[in-house]
Amino acid sequence: MSLVLNVLSVLAVCAGAFFFLAGTVGLLRFPDPLCRLHALTKADNIGLGLVVIGLLFRAASPLTALKHVGVWLLVLLAGATVTQLIAHIARPSGPRA
Amino acid sequence: MADFLFAAAGFVLAMVALGLVRVLRGPSEVDRIMAAQLVGTGGIAALLLLAEATGSPAAVDVALILALLAAFVSVAFVTASSRSEVDGT
Amino acid sequence: MSFDIGLTLLVLAVAAWTIAARETFVAVVGFVAYGLLLAFVWVRLAAPDVALTEAALGSGLTGGLLIGASSRLRRSQSPAAEEAPGVVLKAAAAVLSILVSAGLAAIVLLLPDPAPTLAPQAAASIAATGLGNPVTAVLMAYRAIDTLLEIVVLLLALVGIWSLAPDRDWGRRLDRRGSTDPVSVLTFVAQLLVPVGIIVGIHIFWVGSVAPGGEFQGATILATMWTLASMAGLVSAAAVTRRWLRLVLTIGPAVFLAIGLAGFALAGAFLAYPKSHAKLMILVIEIPVTLSIAATLALLVAGPPERARQ
Repeated sequence: MSLVLNVLSVLAVCAGAFFFLAGTVGLLRFPDPLCRLHALTKADNIGLGLVVIGLLFRAASPLTALKHVGVWLLVLLAGATVTQLIAHIARPSGPRA
Repeated sequence: MADFLFAAAGFVLAMVALGLVRVLRGPSEVDRIMAAQLVGTGGIAALLLLAEATGSPAAVDVALILALLAAFVSVAFVTASSRSEVDGT
Repeated sequence: MSFDIGLTLLVLAVAAWTIAARETFVAVVGFVAYGLLLAFVWVRLAAPDVALTEAALGSGLTGGLLIGASSRLRRSQSPAAEEAPGVVLKAAAAVLSILVSAGLAAIVLLLPDPAPTLAPQAAASIAATGLGNPVTAVLMAYRAIDTLLEIVVLLLALVGIWSLAPDRDWGRRLDRRGSTDPVSVLTFVAQLLVPVGIIVGIHIFWVGSVAPGGEFQGATILATMWTLASMAGLVSAAAVTRRWLRLVLTIGPAVFLAIGLAGFALAGAFLAYPKSHAKLMILVIEIPVTLSIAATLALLVAGPPERARQ
């Protein structure tokens, strides 16, 4: 049973690392600051979520698991809203018509 | 298993380093403000992996604070940046 | 091993970039990134208390302070650039920095192995204090006098900043020019994050007696959350002449000092705690101290009272 959990954990963490890689590639290659912001926030948050899921399989206690999920939720909420603020600086007039 | 988690944390930090090269160089202020978000999210992922790899649960608290403070610092940068635009400097 | 080498190189690279940056805003961004990475280094060095303090105070709050200073300095940016230090001054600064770094590195590398440390004694005596975290025991029991002095220094720094206010602005409210639009994104961010942040701050403070944490880190988080709410226009600070504000600022050091002086009567020395009530005394000190430090730090970031620039 623990072998299955370990394998699942490794898979999830690898998927998370892949999303971090994708996010960084997007950051390096996208032409526009807004596109880069998009890549950074979306890909990195998914990567973090997958890493958290991978660590949940190995959580020592429900409290630890709850804390990990709490951290991820906080990052999601903070990231989603703060990104809107940052994007507003880049284009104060809103979406291009 | 601990070695794998350690390597994963190192990989995430390497991604943060690569991203920092681009973000800190970026000509516009928006690019630079993203540095806080980048180090925040990547650092949190690396910290959580480290906490599991080295068995130090206190690192999760550090990750919690990182999340809050990355958001705070980003808001501070945005407020300062938009204020300077209004000032016209 | 290679992980640590990579981390060190990254920290050094970010530090070098921060120093080489041309604009203040850019340098502050680099400084904040450097501070967050430094928190990482502290975790690697098995010092989570220091990592918490570095992330909260050294990087987050100081970053907010520096960015406020930088936006105040923007108007004088180009005249200041013409007064940039000459080559001789830069070379002297570089030589001094190199000497200090080399000295510190030599001291650390030449330490006998195992390095001399008081950690075993500190850990052995914490049963008497009733605490579970040796760092908190050092801060609040063995070296409580240092903590008291730190708090007083913070208050003095605040008085120093207040002394910069022009006389005519002394009684003004510390209104930050934040967004006042009730449905703006900034208001939403603050309404979302501030309650969560307050809970996290109280949690970090409370857990400091048995795990990494404590009053400085918790107070810093509370102060940053107040600053966030203030930037979003959710709260407007009272004028610095208000009595309740000064009460909040001074109650921490006052209680600390009172218990310290009571130590003469109760246990025979300044800041000595009676044996069976040590943890209770520490708690009685810590709660007002956390409030005072949070208020002091928040007001430090808010700056001196000034007329709002239009």
